[in-house]
Amino acid sequence: MCGIAGVYLSARDAQPERARLERMIKAIAHRGPDGAGFHLEPGVGLGHARLSIIDLGGGAQPIHNEDETVWISYNGEVFNYIELRKFLEERGHRFYTHTDTEVIVHLYEELGDRFVEELNGQFAFALWDRRKRRLLLVRDRTGILPLYYSQVDGDVWFASEVKALLASGRVRAAMDPDGFDQLMTFWAPLAPRTVFAGVSQVPPGEMVILDEQGMHRRRYWEWQFPDQGALRRAPAAQLQSELHDILADATEIRLRADVPVGAYLSGGLDSSSLVALLKERVPTTLQTFSIGFDDAGLDESAHQRSVVSHLDTVHNHVQCSLADIAGNFVRTITHTESPILRTAPSPMQMLSGLVRGSNVKVVLTGEGADEVLGGYDIFKEAKVRHFWAQQPGSRWRPALLKRLYPYLDFTSDQSAAYLKEFFGVGLSQPDQPGFSHLPRWTTTAQCKLFWSDEFRARVTGDAPERLRAALPADFGRWHPFNRAEYVEAKTLLPSYLLSSQGDRMLMANSVEGRFPFLDHRLIEFATRLHPRYKMRVLREKWLLKETMRSRLPAGILQRHKQPYRAPDAAAFLGAHTPQYVKELTSEATIRSYGYFDPGKVSRLIAKLARSKVPAARDNMAFIGILSAQIWHATFVAGQVVE
Amino acid sequence: MADALHDQIRAFILENYLFTADTSALKLDDSLLGRGIVDSTGMLEIIFFIEEQLGVKVKDEEMIPDNLDSVNRIAAFVESRRKAA
Repeated sequence: MCGIAGVYLSARDAQPERARLERMIKAIAHRGPDGAGFHLEPGVGLGHARLSIIDLGGGAQPIHNEDETVWISYNGEVFNYIELRKFLEERGHRFYTHTDTEVIVHLYEELGDRFVEELNGQFAFALWDRRKRRLLLVRDRTGILPLYYSQVDGDVWFASEVKALLASGRVRAAMDPDGFDQLMTFWAPLAPRTVFAGVSQVPPGEMVILDEQGMHRRRYWEWQFPDQGALRRAPAAQLQSELHDILADATEIRLRADVPVGAYLSGGLDSSSLVALLKERVPTTLQTFSIGFDDAGLDESAHQRSVVSHLDTVHNHVQCSLADIAGNFVRTITHTESPILRTAPSPMQMLSGLVRGSNVKVVLTGEGADEVLGGYDIFKEAKVRHFWAQQPGSRWRPALLKRLYPYLDFTSDQSAAYLKEFFGVGLSQPDQPGFSHLPRWTTTAQCKLFWSDEFRARVTGDAPERLRAALPADFGRWHPFNRAEYVEAKTLLPSYLLSSQGDRMLMANSVEGRFPFLDHRLIEFATRLHPRYKMRVLREKWLLKETMRSRLPAGILQRHKQPYRAPDAAAFLGAHTPQYVKELTSEATIRSYGYFDPGKVSRLIAKLARSKVPAARDNMAFIGILSAQIWHATFVAGQVVE
Repeated sequence: MADALHDQIRAFILENYLFTADTSALKLDDSLLGRGIVDSTGMLEIIFFIEEQLGVKVKDEEMIPDNLDSVNRIAAFVESRRKAA
């Protein structure tokens, strides 16, 4: 993978400044340490930082077509480039490299804006058509790769990361209050919004078109579900065979690289399934990578060892301590470029460091399987709450929640009364869009209690209302399960899991991630399926388990899904509190940055320090506050936090 | 009517759930669940507080919103249990 940056100038004859583009590319050199390249002409400038994966010697970018009228600066991988190249060569196109990048240029010439529908992969790129004087900023379907832009005095600056926009010297960093409001509701802002005021992201599945008519967005792909009555049902054996074939091919084409490819192995169903399929294709040398925690409640090492032993991979493991999280957290936020509510990205950064240290540049991961094939507890929770909403007075219907959260106690009147209050939010309106996620949003939004009055006054919108307003017109006709999947695919997946916890933590160590479960053919297969094949009663990812049954140890297939978690506030508080935490959460700094109420923050820290088992929402609020303070110090105040 | 018991309960909730000393932030009749001040795990902390700080044991069947969902209800519950003791 790579980094891109550039500018579209409103004055068509203006010459872009090379020095600005060089500064932008330098700011994201971690995304592409193998080389830098530039193309400048009146009206447009393209820059590129290269991480060589395919055509190691010949793939310098930006790349152009035969007569140099179409140029591209490209971050990503098009996995079906071999097939597309063959098609294009038959149509008379001549190639000067062996890269997937060049395929895109010729495909654009051949098909116009429809070209993007033929790409199977993960990508974010800027494509300049000199004849038409138009620039396309294009992002992949699900948001695996990032692409930001900002319009300043008519010129549009764009880059893989916001730090490159800031390095241009034309874009200034400031918090977007509504972006932060959305983050403290959904865990991340809704695209195109970001936490940076005036900085947008190209939404997944869209392109931004810049030409002499101005700037507009066009959607080319969507998580599209059928109406409830049109969902697909078929014999299980047939669906298993189809799923296997799609997943096997999605995995196979993601092995295309001129460097070694490894895999993350969490010990859960998704990564174990991938490793099993990979092992059939890379029999002797497959390297796998995993992370473990000292806290037994978070650690999955035993399950990882079970899969390693079953599939015989060359395994690499890194153990993450509380001190590792506290020590890495500033660097983590420098890469997420966003406040976060959990520390979970930090260990992922350590994991990509382990990969890079093992001389592996590319890893396959199981990310996406829960969204596509129905794995999350929130889907089960929504299913039970729907079932309950049909008989709100029922005593035993909500007790099914105990199947999801075995530690909850529904046996006493006490617990039942309180849990009903929590999970019963919105129960009178089960068809209201967002019903599935209301308990999570309500809990997360409690972090806003710590805002200062001044900051609160700057928030102008209601986050759930904004999400509802952006839902597709036919959303209400979808199966409730599909509605929950859609909300998940539009909120947590792109802007948190694939970004803060995905691309950013991989790229921090110049490692490329690949995601077979997010192959659009697999998504389109799964979105059409009746949810009964995803969740059978409350058994998650039913079809995937049945498909992989002969290839995995029974223990992996029977495991209750364990959400990936890392230690939170405990990593920062107590006798070993790092100096930067003390400084950034001091009354003076909290007051100076202005987002939070200093009195409330100091009470929260005191409460966490005396709690034996901190409440989840206190943990979340603390990480949100600390990360927002680091974010401000780094990007707005321009300080080096140590 | 606020007395020392009400003040003690309100101070605990202000300190631990609203992170403030400003008594105007919580009325004695405010619903703790309805205002999103505590959730089910937060209730456990309130029960610990009642048992450890106020010296009243809470039986399973007593852990219901009627007894615990506002400062006034907690105070009334604690007083009734103290009288019964």
